[in-house]
Amino acid sequence: MRTRPNYPLSGLTIVVFGVVFLVPFAFILLTAGKTAPESALLDFSWPTRWAFAENFQAVVEARDYLLIIAFINSTILTVASVSVVVVLAAMAGFVLQRRRTRLTKAVNLVILSGLVLPPAVVPTIWVLQRLGLFKTMPGLILVEIAYAMAFCVLLFQAFIAGIPKELDEAATIDGAGPLSLFFRVVLPLLRPIIVTVVVVQTVFIWNDFTSPLYFLPGDENATVQLTLFNFQGQYTNSYNLLFMDILLVTVPPLIMFMIFQRQIVSGMVAGSVKG
Amino acid sequence: MTTVTDAVTEAPATTVPEPVRRRSPYPYWFILPGGVIFTVFFLVPSVMAFWFSLTRWTLFDQEFIGLDNYVQFFREPALASGLWHTLIYAVVTSGLKVVLGMALAVLLTGPILGRGFMRSVAFFPVLVSTIGVGLTFQILMHPTRGVINQALDLAGITGPAWLADPDWALLSVAFVDVWQGVGLALVIYMAGILSIPGEYFEAATMDGAGAWHRFRNITLPLARPATVSVILLSLIGGLRKFDLIWAMTKGGPGFTSDVMASVIYKQYQAGFYGLSTAGNVVLFLLVILIALPLFWFFNRKEDA
Repeated sequence: MRTRPNYPLSGLTIVVFGVVFLVPFAFILLTAGKTAPESALLDFSWPTRWAFAENFQAVVEARDYLLIIAFINSTILTVASVSVVVVLAAMAGFVLQRRRTRLTKAVNLVILSGLVLPPAVVPTIWVLQRLGLFKTMPGLILVEIAYAMAFCVLLFQAFIAGIPKELDEAATIDGAGPLSLFFRVVLPLLRPIIVTVVVVQTVFIWNDFTSPLYFLPGDENATVQLTLFNFQGQYTNSYNLLFMDILLVTVPPLIMFMIFQRQIVSGMVAGSVKG
Repeated sequence: MTTVTDAVTEAPATTVPEPVRRRSPYPYWFILPGGVIFTVFFLVPSVMAFWFSLTRWTLFDQEFIGLDNYVQFFREPALASGLWHTLIYAVVTSGLKVVLGMALAVLLTGPILGRGFMRSVAFFPVLVSTIGVGLTFQILMHPTRGVINQALDLAGITGPAWLADPDWALLSVAFVDVWQGVGLALVIYMAGILSIPGEYFEAATMDGAGAWHRFRNITLPLARPATVSVILLSLIGGLRKFDLIWAMTKGGPGFTSDVMASVIYKQYQAGFYGLSTAGNVVLFLLVILIALPLFWFFNRKEDA
């Protein structure tokens, strides 16, 4: 942006950033490719023999293909919660932004509380139990939707504020009811923010550990984060397998990041500034 | 299920006076589906927590015991120290994220090559599984064989035992939290600094202001909204942190790295649901006591 780049400083910064932020990932990759005895040394070194494929196979087959089940469960959880929360938050955000009444102001205050307050976990279990949803996937999906709602509604409101109200009026005069106004006129315009919300929430829910731990315990329902956590107890001396598991769990966010970096960064910045 | 929540969400709607009764293109029922889920699974449990925290509770029946849970909570050092640790953890992580995030953002918005690469590299850990990060650093921080202490040895420094040392455990986890989260602070600050018009810096340079004065008198005050976001975000996040601490130390050694969220989980696991919920309410109040004044303080200044 200004003048000539400072070459020595650039070089130094790149090296420091590389060491601090990339070495841990390199360590994961290298350890995931080692044999068990070598990985137990815990050092940062090139494997003398690459056992990448064997480790991959061992991790996938461990405990009757639990990891596959966990990936399926996490995918179901993420896809279901994200798709529902996007539609519901967009609808709510639309009305909350367009209609400035005492009610919507009060609702916005409540939404802010959802952004700030820590969830009350054991009473949530009580609610789930009363509804017969405790330890079920639909129950966990509903909880994830509730937790994501506040953040998403705020993002949608901020974006919708930039869409001229005249557009709604024109559509209404042309005879569009609320439903077709929203779904046929407004929703298509929300594409950029929808992409952002979907990507950010996908990463959040995929990585969520605490909610599955409380609301969906048990092996048959395990999510990837729970499996990863339980792994450390079961394979105390097979660090190569542990790190292969970490590697596999890290791949989906990495792919999301490479494709959607711009949307993720802008979404998180917008969300934090709003909140 | 719906009867309870309809009452909650719709009750205010009828009390709002509507002078002109024509059909709005923005019907309130658009808020309802999302509002019902949010109410049932977030608001109702939050409100009920205040009642359950006053009971001896097994999920099926409950017995009112007044403030006994709170008394027990604050009397037992293992539990009460969690409150103190939570505060230390939140303040240390958010302080470091502000300072490092700001410093790195100034660096990366300066005359430097590879800006985009470094921003990506620093931001990526934000998206990685916290459990994965915790387990990885648990190994990297091994007292004798860990990569971090091996590297420090090469430099002639004897590193602490990190997670195994009662004095260092909580701080070690906090450092890893900063490693994982500083990327978010960085991008928030970069967005804030890049939105400052370049003419300000040029004019200041013409008037003979050095780098420090430009930072002190232009960057720092004009990046204030970014600072507010980073502080609020990391304080609130730090106060309720659970997954990283649980993956790395489970509150140990002893109770030296136990925070509110891990105390809540431990009491839940042990079957003390009332006590666990009392801890939840304490955390609740702690977040409100810290976040609310900050919110008001920052918002008032922005309006002025």
